[in-house]
Amino acid sequence: MSGIFTKSMARNIFYGGTTFFFLLFLALTFDTERELPNRDNRAAITPEVAAGKHIWETRNCLGCHTLLGEGAYFAPELGNVYKRRGGDFIKGWMQAMPTGAPGRRQMPQFNLTDEELDQLVAFLKYTSEINTANWPPNIEG
Amino acid sequence: MQYKSQAVAMPYFIAAIGLFVGQIIFGLILGLQYVVGDFLFPEIPFNVARMVHTNLLIVWLLFGFMGAAYYLIPEETETELFSPKLALAMFWIFLVAGALTIVGYLLVPYSTLASMTGNDILATMGREFLEQPLLTKIGIVIVALAFLFNITMTVLKGRKTVISIVLLLGLWGLAIFFLFSFYNPVNLVRDKFYWWWVVHLWVEGVWELIMAAMLAFVLIKVTGVDREVIEKWLYVIITLALVTGIIGTGHHYFWIGTPEYWQWWGSIFSALEPIPFFAMTVFAFNMVNRRRREHPNKAAVLWALGTGVMAFLGAGVWGFLHTLAPVNYFTHGSQITAAHGHMAFYGAYVMVVITMISYAMPILRGRAANSTKAQVLEMWAFWLMTIAMVFITLFLTAAGILQVWLQRVSDTPMSFMATQDQLMLFYWMREWAGVMFFIGLLAYLASFFVKGDAKGVVHG
Ligand code: HEC
Ligand code: HEM
Ligand code: HEM
Ligand SMILES: [Fe+2]
Repeated sequence: MSGIFTKSMARNIFYGGTTFFFLLFLALTFDTERELPNRDNRAAITPEVAAGKHIWETRNCLGCHTLLGEGAYFAPELGNVYKRRGGDFIKGWMQAMPTGAPGRRQMPQFNLTDEELDQLVAFLKYTSEINTANWPPNIEG
Repeated sequence: MQYKSQAVAMPYFIAAIGLFVGQIIFGLILGLQYVVGDFLFPEIPFNVARMVHTNLLIVWLLFGFMGAAYYLIPEETETELFSPKLALAMFWIFLVAGALTIVGYLLVPYSTLASMTGNDILATMGREFLEQPLLTKIGIVIVALAFLFNITMTVLKGRKTVISIVLLLGLWGLAIFFLFSFYNPVNLVRDKFYWWWVVHLWVEGVWELIMAAMLAFVLIKVTGVDREVIEKWLYVIITLALVTGIIGTGHHYFWIGTPEYWQWWGSIFSALEPIPFFAMTVFAFNMVNRRRREHPNKAAVLWALGTGVMAFLGAGVWGFLHTLAPVNYFTHGSQITAAHGHMAFYGAYVMVVITMISYAMPILRGRAANSTKAQVLEMWAFWLMTIAMVFITLFLTAAGILQVWLQRVSDTPMSFMATQDQLMLFYWMREWAGVMFFIGLLAYLASFFVKGDAKGVVHG
């Protein structure tokens, strides 16, 4: 780099550029927060859904599954599992685990009560109705 | 060693390496569970092993960053550390808190761990990379604040170089963005939106400052190139990193319920994110080519150059591969993501920490560089681990392409589990590459114990 471009110029561009783009990011965040009510299905968030999310988190489902494409890649996507399988299947599935099929990937038994299973299903139903710009490409997730 | 207090870096480096070994053992368990699904079930379910693997990674990198700062800051500021005692106390607190957390993951059911540690008061757990109990998260904040206080006070009383300022900015940013891990709204979209303020703004934001500062420090030491030149590069690199990386966060806002304009913002800005990584590569090679001295520590120079190349490949090339929205629509949350995650973390942050350890550890042990025999073994370790990581990445990429094809592109998509069955060959090859990685890691450990004529007594 030539002598014309000095260190203090480089420093000023750093602080100026970073500040500018950080403020732009905050502005976009602000606008996102304004737009979200139209997309994030917040009307469906009931105490039951909130309880379901809590169960989802405290059992670390995300440690094997993805949810809207984020998480672990060991087991099926669950963002759209409500649409793929329906609530009754999910409840039955949770109770039937583990399959114990030799050599097959296993999912633990979480011993959830019937009420907790309903909460979990409510959370997965709410999730499946978030507007995700048409992701995933098909029902298999 | 020029300053006595630099010695506190040593326990940090040793802990980092020890936890690295643990991380890789759990990586091998995960890789085996991918192919032998019921391996260690129900004793260690996949999600538990995964938490241990990724959390050990984060924690040992933090140990590495802190050790690096404790070594680097006194030398840059030309003054002793503000409080070596505080640094040592924080070391033990962090180590014990980290160990307890890992033991908790392994021995206590996660939901019990959650209710035992206050998750019902403030729910923060169960989100990827942020699985730590509330108490651990608070512990991390306390350790981070004490650490920042210590090094900030040191910088304030000493010489203020560009390297130490950039390092400080990066470390403060690390602590500040971690605070978003305490924010967990019920609204899943908002939860995910701010989750990335920790994860993305770390690895593609403030951590790049830390990395660039560490690399610049080692390059000054091993090449003797004029500080003015290196500092100008440093500013250019971190400008590029933040100007592209902040808005680049948008590449995670394509499909999680956020407005669709993010597909434009995210694609365009993140497509530019490889530039700072490329600049780092050019920077490293440029400085080594212009070197004014032959430093006896050849291994450290190799790690420094390797960091430049591998960070560019893992973050730059493999990141670009899936960062444009139309591509990411198909690859999102697939093995492509895992491929990129591995090479990027290894190439950038694992390697830069090892670069620093490679340079500093011999000096902390009273010599300018290790014996030729020890260095040769360390360089073997470099090639074994790095080539193994290239293979891991290539096999996961192959698995990912096939997965996307069968499960997402096809007109008659296969189910997730049926698709996985088709990928077993690649997963087996990944596991064998993992074994190679582990052998490289053992060689790395062994290199610390090889005797022989050390090079040069430490000069002032
Ligand atoms: C240790 C890993 C693991 C954890 C933790 C885990 N799962 Fe699973 N899950 C699996 C695996 C593996 C499958 C596929 C099993 C099979 O097909 O035999 C699966 C399948 C499912 C399915 C059926 C998906 C479909 O499309 O048919 C549902 C629903 C499900 N899991 C829900 C959950 C929920 C809810 C949690 C948290 C409470 C959870 N899982 C935690 C591993 C896990
Ligand atoms: C022996 C070598 C290794 C093996 C076999 C291995 C295996 C794995 C497996 C199976 C997963 C889980 C993937 C999933 O979610 O389904 C994983 C995740 C992860 N590993 Fe490794 N790993 C190894 C080494 C490493 C190294 C050296 C690093 C760091 C540089 C690393 C960083 C990560 C990260 C960041 C994740 C989370 C990935 C993501 O979410 O995309 N691993 N690893
Ligand atoms: C050293 C720097 C980087 C590291 C350590 C890193 C690491 C990671 C990790 C671990 C993930 C997976 C997160 C998850 O579990 O959901 C990820 C995702 C992603 N990264 Fe990076 N990354 C880096 C740089 C980059 C760059 C420069 C780009 C773009 C050019 C990029 C593009 C992406 C994209 C698009 C995803 C989302 C993948 C998906 O949709 O599933 N990354 N990164
Ligand atoms: Fe990112």
